[in-house]
Amino acid sequence: MDIHEHQAKEILARFGVPVPPGALAWSPEQSEYRARELGGGPCVVKAQIHSGGRGEAGGVKVCKSPDEARDFAATLLGRTLVTRQSGDRGRSVHRLWVEAATDIAQEMYLGFVLDRKSERIMIVASRHGGMEIEELAETDPDSLVRMVIDPASGLVDYQARELAFALGLKGPQVAQMVQVVRACYRAYRDLDATMVEINPLVVTGEGDLIALDAKMSFDTNALFRRREVAALRDRAQEDPRESYAYDHGLAYVGLDGDIGCIINGAGLAMATMDMIKIAGGAPANFLDIGGGASPERVCQAFRTVLTDPKVRVILVNIFAGINRCDWVAEGVVQAYRTLDLKVPVVVRLSGTNVEEGRRIIRESGLPLITADTLAEAADRAVAAREPVAA
Amino acid sequence: MAIIIDETTPVIVQGMSGRIGRFHAQEMVDYGTQVVGGVTPGKGGTEVLGRPVFDTVRQAVEETGAEASLLFVPPPFAADAMMEAADAGITTAVCVTDGIPAQDMMRVKRFLRRYPRARKMRLIGPNCAGVISPGRGFMGIMPPHIYKEGRVGIVGRSGTLGYEAASQMQALGLGVSTSVGIGGDPINGSSFRDILELFEADPETDAVFMIGEIGGPQEAEAAAYVKEWMTKPVVAFVAGLSAPKGRQMGHAGAIVSAFGESAQEKVVILEDAGITVAPNPSVMGETMARVLGHRAAA
Repeated sequence: MDIHEHQAKEILARFGVPVPPGALAWSPEQSEYRARELGGGPCVVKAQIHSGGRGEAGGVKVCKSPDEARDFAATLLGRTLVTRQSGDRGRSVHRLWVEAATDIAQEMYLGFVLDRKSERIMIVASRHGGMEIEELAETDPDSLVRMVIDPASGLVDYQARELAFALGLKGPQVAQMVQVVRACYRAYRDLDATMVEINPLVVTGEGDLIALDAKMSFDTNALFRRREVAALRDRAQEDPRESYAYDHGLAYVGLDGDIGCIINGAGLAMATMDMIKIAGGAPANFLDIGGGASPERVCQAFRTVLTDPKVRVILVNIFAGINRCDWVAEGVVQAYRTLDLKVPVVVRLSGTNVEEGRRIIRESGLPLITADTLAEAADRAVAAREPVAA
Repeated sequence: MAIIIDETTPVIVQGMSGRIGRFHAQEMVDYGTQVVGGVTPGKGGTEVLGRPVFDTVRQAVEETGAEASLLFVPPPFAADAMMEAADAGITTAVCVTDGIPAQDMMRVKRFLRRYPRARKMRLIGPNCAGVISPGRGFMGIMPPHIYKEGRVGIVGRSGTLGYEAASQMQALGLGVSTSVGIGGDPINGSSFRDILELFEADPETDAVFMIGEIGGPQEAEAAAYVKEWMTKPVVAFVAGLSAPKGRQMGHAGAIVSAFGESAQEKVVILEDAGITVAPNPSVMGETMARVLGHRAAA
């Protein structure tokens, strides 16, 4: 789960990371007011969206006066920003962060991620910041410093010191760096984050460290014990199809094609999407109905897939282990009868209670297209697509 | 002797008193698995399916001689249950639970390192379908009838795609020695490589089918092992050729976040190691049959 920059800064500040003074604004007038509160001098107005690359997309501006902050805010609020990370859909701007301008002497990079190789939290840092880490890894890989944290001992201060010296920091900056690294680590560990990134971490003209930008993501599996994190969810930043699915407990990812997919198991779902592509089609979504799905849940999956108006055929592919083909079949029939389906449905059932499931489909009298194998299912779905209305 | 489980392995079920635990324990018993008891804290002294339920794993091991444990424990308590099993002397634990926080798994993996190699518990999963040695026994949630007895090992992250592979093989008359689901989480107990090592050493396994997917470094690690050490043929499929970068596809671990983690890149890495990769998921069985046929002819 992603959160906004201002939320990440508030969290990290609480753990001891120095951040520039700033405040949230929801309107041009409030932006002007915030700029005056900050002293009326130069300030930075930053669009709050769940995506990087805001600067080059026109979502960040240094404003010389509160009036300029107001005018820029007026052009930005309500706009949809398409960045190189956001996808074509973009993200709409509903809130701004107004921050005192910082005198920058040097920009560095500091990130914390889950390293799947060591199965531990890893720090990645560089004396160069301000650009994306992928770019950094290409242009200046030698500048990257990596450090793995043992979960038994936690971060030990010498590691943070080594990092500070490796980045070329001197004098009081070393102690400041130790504090920043320690704070980020604690925030990561205590809140079940999956990523903490300060980019850039800046050395100011006075020689002090300050976090100019901040990004945090969280482990959705841990939200049950992190209520305060779960409360930071911003639905306005989500794909409405995915919000709907998430609220109904379905694993769903919206894609660009027109074949709606209802499948059990993440691996089979991905494999079915691959098969659709090979058959010459394109999936509209990834959807895993999970284990032990009731007819009602299957029906809910149909509703979710149909939130996407691009869908021209629905492919149901079930290999039941912990699931039951008869329940799935009942769900398909129920969906067909209650949802006024306008698109064809292809059904492939296999595994637990398959005979009973196929009988329900056969005896329903509905024009459902059936398939026995994965390849057949994909071919039939591609062939059955409703033509786009002229 | 197949790997991990056979008809003699004494198994307990942690969470056997729950609806799901009871259902699958019954399936395992019906298949001939030696289910010797269950563990549910607070339910000690009761019985489920005519088997004793204990408060702690330690009691269960002492009373029943259990060597393996299958876990149906809800996510908030699953890590604790895995560590309890490890400390009680269980040698193999299979965890089905989906939705365990990544940092909990980090702790579990660190905890397992407290024990010397000979006493270290083998953990399989979490978020996996389990392990089956057809005709002998299973620990997990798979439909056992789709597995024919035979000499091909299967190891995969995904449960349902593993079923798909097994049933394609069954249709072609190819049987399975053992099938292992290693699970879809970013941090898991056993990697592809760990299971490949067991198949390489198993005299009843002739070849291995490996089912990978996007995300993580484990397919590449397995490829390096196969290239360097493995004498048996390995056939693979990698799911997610059409998955967009940076999006999590159902499994917590199925996300492309670094170089070498996309399906396309993994296919290249596997092929470089001499592994035959099935071009699409509908020919997993066919590809295995072709590779075995080639070898028989050679």
